[in-house]
Amino acid sequence: MSPVPDRTGAVAPPRPEEAAAGRRGLLGYALLLPGTIWLLIFFVIPTFTLISTSLWDPSGSILYGYDLTFHWLNYVDAVQAYGPQLWRSFWYAGLATAACVVLGYPLAYAIAFKSGRWKNLMLVLVVAPFFTSFLVRTLAWQMLLGDNGWAAGVLRAFHVLGADGHLLATPFAVVTGLTYNFLPFMVLPLYASLEKLDPRLIEAGGDLYASPFDTFRRITLPLSMPGLVAGTLLTFIPAAGDYINAELLGTPRTRMIGNEIQDLFSAGSYPEAAALSVTLMVVIVTLVAVYVRRAGTEDLV
Amino acid sequence: MSAGLTRARRWLGERLVLMYGILVLLYMALPILVVILMSFNEPASRQSYTFDGFTWNNWLDICGPYQLCSSVRTSLAIGLLATLVATILGTLMAFALVRHRFRGRSVANVALFLPMASPEVVMGSSLLALFVAAGFGGVLGFWTILTAHVMFCLSFVVVTVKARLSGLDPHLEQAAADLYANDWQTFWRVTFPLAFPGILSAALLSFSLSFDDFIITNLNAGQTVTFPMFVWGAAQRGIPPQINVIGTIMFLLALVLVGLGEFGRRRGAPGAAVAPGPARAES
Repeated sequence: MSPVPDRTGAVAPPRPEEAAAGRRGLLGYALLLPGTIWLLIFFVIPTFTLISTSLWDPSGSILYGYDLTFHWLNYVDAVQAYGPQLWRSFWYAGLATAACVVLGYPLAYAIAFKSGRWKNLMLVLVVAPFFTSFLVRTLAWQMLLGDNGWAAGVLRAFHVLGADGHLLATPFAVVTGLTYNFLPFMVLPLYASLEKLDPRLIEAGGDLYASPFDTFRRITLPLSMPGLVAGTLLTFIPAAGDYINAELLGTPRTRMIGNEIQDLFSAGSYPEAAALSVTLMVVIVTLVAVYVRRAGTEDLV
Repeated sequence: MSAGLTRARRWLGERLVLMYGILVLLYMALPILVVILMSFNEPASRQSYTFDGFTWNNWLDICGPYQLCSSVRTSLAIGLLATLVATILGTLMAFALVRHRFRGRSVANVALFLPMASPEVVMGSSLLALFVAAGFGGVLGFWTILTAHVMFCLSFVVVTVKARLSGLDPHLEQAAADLYANDWQTFWRVTFPLAFPGILSAALLSFSLSFDDFIITNLNAGQTVTFPMFVWGAAQRGIPPQINVIGTIMFLLALVLVGLGEFGRRRGAPGAAVAPGPARAES
């Protein structure tokens, strides 16, 4: 495992805590209280409700109520019925995350070190997608990738795509959409990490006869690790739960777990939907825990 | 390898990264350009995905499609209220976390990351499970959406304001105290004005998150229709070009806000950080 240094390079500002050393903890609790209560009632408790819902007897109904019978079979049923969708979600999310790294890392690097006076403009362009509706943009992809769209036309002209080939309604379209949607969440943390990096360290690498590749591998990459970890998490986790791209850009054969959870909830099959939701959460938490440990950065928050 | 060759490669390498970055930015801008273009489209049929002809009609008749404008109004109302509540609660929490030392502070820091790192479909379904279990299954609507939005905006507000606060020089507050300002005066005359740009960008971020949310909203909306839900419904039936007009208007408004923020910053206001992103990356 590569050694991961602290966030070096920045001169530590005087800790605000020192200035506040004289203050009592009590006011701190008071300020924290309203928000904490909100999160407790509407984020923490719901998680437990979800778990208990997943153990309800599935023979109940929304009209007559459900019984909590610790019906573990809900999980077995859910995983058996929706195994492929579950697998597909993580596969697509993984592909999209990898694509985001490939597209996003050089972009973040270019903004941090090569953009000069265009830095602010480039940053605005990175966040620009947030300025207009997510769904409207995804519909724009429908058009871009459509059979009559420009992308398909160009690819057909170069015979990359057969005459009857499609871009829309393929796994490719779904992954493209996911990549597009979550790219800013990759670029911004990476940029924040890279920007703190002292460029003199890179120069020093060159002065010591390291090739640019070695300098990148031994200096830039390890120092940008916190950004890379944060970026991959902020991309992978929402992508795994997303169903908008799969629905608008895919086909019934590209359905992800989010589609199934949403449909089961709309159909009122609460226990099964909850079991599926908890399964998704558990798999994600496990993957994230393993990943964060492997990447060696627990300094995320 | 000769030094000249290495230098040539490095020269090319530097330009390559920048050019590659610009291409990626184009990829990110492409759908926005399509949205703007399609706002002038005169579609030949309801299921048209191509630009069939130029017209001003969509811009003249924005509210034409049934429910479109009422859904925008609903989203605006929810967005504004959710932003107000989340910004107040989140700012208080950020102050507590940066300025006060107490037991459980680091736990709170970690716990605040969780809502940001949970898949929306899990958060939305948990909340729905709570509402159903508590007997609110029949009254899903405006208020349940609002509650959900405040919940998921909170963490983002805390992180953004926290980033701003921890970057402030505490000596300024000490100076105020040295000059015989009491705590209250110090807060309102020194701390708050300095923290304000962070609070403002947190509010903007929270509004855009709320206005744009679909997955959590859709699970907890009942019969209420927000703008993203209208778009979702329209996507199944045939998309009215007016949704691209709304998309374009939102984009232009945001650009104007960023421009004003940048203008304010250049005028010497203390660092108005309008772009919400980098603050988020501090998490």
